[in-house]
Amino acid sequence: MLEIKNLHARIEEDKKEILKGINLTIPTGEVHAIMGPNGSGKSTLAYILAGRDDYEVTEGDILWNGESILEMNPEERAIAGVFLAFQYPMEIPGVAGLTFLRTAVNAVRKKRGKEEFTTPEFLKVVKGRAASLKINMEMLKRPVNVGFSGGEKKRSEILQMAMLEPTLCVLDETDSGLDIDALRIVADGVNALRGPDRAMCVITHYQRLLEYIVPDKVHVLAHGKIQKTGGKELAHELEKSGYAEFEAA
Amino acid sequence: MAAVQDTIDQVKDIDVDQYKYGFETDIESVRAPKGLNEDIIRYISARKDEPEWMLEWRLDAYQRWQTMTEPTWAKVDYPKIDFQDLYYYSAPKSTEGPKSLDEVDPELLATYEKLGIPLKEQAVLAGVQGAKVAVDAVFDSVSVVTTFKDELKKAGVIFCSISEALKTHPELVKRYIGSVVPKSDNYYAALNSAVYSDGSFVYIPEGVRCPMELSTYFRINDKETGQFERTLIIAEKGSYVSYLEGCTAPMRDENQMHAAVVELVALDDAEIKYSTVQNWYPGDKDGKGGIYNFVTKRADCRGNNSKVSWTQVETGSAITWKYPSCILRGDNSRGEFYSIAVSNGRQQIDSGTKMIHLGKNTSSRIISKGIAAGRSDNTYRGLVSAHRKATNSRNFTQCDSLLIGDQCGAHTVPYIEAKNSTAHFEHEATTSKISDDKLFYCMQRGLNEEEAVALIVNGFVRDVLQQLPMEFMAETQKLIGISLEGSVG
Repeated sequence: MLEIKNLHARIEEDKKEILKGINLTIPTGEVHAIMGPNGSGKSTLAYILAGRDDYEVTEGDILWNGESILEMNPEERAIAGVFLAFQYPMEIPGVAGLTFLRTAVNAVRKKRGKEEFTTPEFLKVVKGRAASLKINMEMLKRPVNVGFSGGEKKRSEILQMAMLEPTLCVLDETDSGLDIDALRIVADGVNALRGPDRAMCVITHYQRLLEYIVPDKVHVLAHGKIQKTGGKELAHELEKSGYAEFEAA
Repeated sequence: MAAVQDTIDQVKDIDVDQYKYGFETDIESVRAPKGLNEDIIRYISARKDEPEWMLEWRLDAYQRWQTMTEPTWAKVDYPKIDFQDLYYYSAPKSTEGPKSLDEVDPELLATYEKLGIPLKEQAVLAGVQGAKVAVDAVFDSVSVVTTFKDELKKAGVIFCSISEALKTHPELVKRYIGSVVPKSDNYYAALNSAVYSDGSFVYIPEGVRCPMELSTYFRINDKETGQFERTLIIAEKGSYVSYLEGCTAPMRDENQMHAAVVELVALDDAEIKYSTVQNWYPGDKDGKGGIYNFVTKRADCRGNNSKVSWTQVETGSAITWKYPSCILRGDNSRGEFYSIAVSNGRQQIDSGTKMIHLGKNTSSRIISKGIAAGRSDNTYRGLVSAHRKATNSRNFTQCDSLLIGDQCGAHTVPYIEAKNSTAHFEHEATTSKISDDKLFYCMQRGLNEEEAVALIVNGFVRDVLQQLPMEFMAETQKLIGISLEGSVG
């Protein structure tokens, strides 16, 4: 279970406060959507969950399965099960997708006390998972994210998520830059990972993604606070009325 | 920016204990008296029982050297060297000329074993079934052993120390030595010509493809000693050879001098692939100690359709001054230069290549990857020139620099001269930093900072790594990781 308690955070460099007391609980096994206008602090929240150090938590706490993760660095959080699907995944020139995946998967497995994959084991697993995301092996021989289309980048993120077997998945604007076909493939990939042992936090500006990834709960984030919480129907309401109500708040 | 700040902090803590080749072998040595004069040169020549012409050649080089001044154009900074304060010859006492493996001092064999260098004649490299590599082991001023000589002899290949070649094949040495790098070519080449002690000699007869990789491992052990090796490789018409050299030295507080000359001659349709993994002691974090590496390497693509490919991985030395070059004399000849230069701590690297296009339809390719960390300086300096008669010459140059932290420097100094209007030269250069964004992305996937940097750097140098002989790729990847240890945590 993810528990965010009265979380205040600011940008380290200019001390500008972005999150102003977030309270949020996502039980394991549930999918929660966080919606909100641009600049409301959605991506900041995603980065802070993953441990990006450009931000400073000034008050409050983040508990994952009852333990604070604030003192953990990004690597330790990844080992503890946190995965962030990036809105803008990084390019790593010269490093083939397969090399990157194998390095990461085996690092994580080792640090979680599991056996590392042998090359044949790894290839078998990756082939199966890639196929369901319509990723062919040729794409995985190309350098990570270099020259990828928006859709390829997002599918590659979901493949990494599937391979790293996280227990807390944070998806930051995973629908941005996707056409309807790519959106469906990505959503199918995410849905396949839903399960009783996993909590998911889906961050999005538009309701569109939630047609495919149906959330258990929807939270509206604006001005650095959760303004409203509801069921999946809340997303539909927002689609009609927009964020005007919260912009004014 | 915190990750970068951490990196910088960690760079400040760099210490020398990561240099794992820094041990010293306790072995009795025979040294020439300190300093340099004609008597010392006569001493070296006499120890090696050289023919008279070789001594005359050395003395002539010495006279020319005395009239020359040290070059100062490189972007490196070091106190003036006192050339009279060095030993110019040092040999393990037990070594009297080349020997078979059984006769080599066990202490020396142990040294090379500790360095991970195979001196036993068997399939040697882990993970590579049946790969054979013949090794010439040079310890301070002498070659202590050369392996696989008999097997190579069957193929007609001569692979031995240059001292031995002077005895067994003096006509070949006389014909080719100094024919690519003249003895007065530059200050360090002249010094080397006067006092060179040992190095490797390779001769590949016409039409022969050398049946195995050849390699030389250079080890400086003795104190205050310079190593002046000389390597000569001749590839006759239609022959092929792949050669690799490796270098290490103990950790010492004083700077040590290494001034080598390497000459390659490729005749018609011949190909030479020359790879270097240079890991001399780089000095400590404050720049104390380390090797001054002043090297002249040049290939003469003398024959039509000949090809020479230089690949270098430079991770060691306090100062590196080195420009493996190709004279593309034969029509349709081709020169290649692939370089990975890693600098950390206070290291200074000024390295690159010269591609001199003289023949028609000659082509060259330069891929240089510089990685600077700590407070190091990393300069690529390269010349591409086309002679008046070099019609349709082509060059492609790509220089990429990667910076780790914000106290290091990367510089690119290209010189391009085309005296023939049909020349087609291209130059591309990039400079980038390992950004916090990239590090964060990798760490979010479960890598620690060091693993993340190693992954990113290995991606950066991939084009060049692929040029190394297969057997050495994995080793080199590890070496690059070790060289950057401490720059990342």
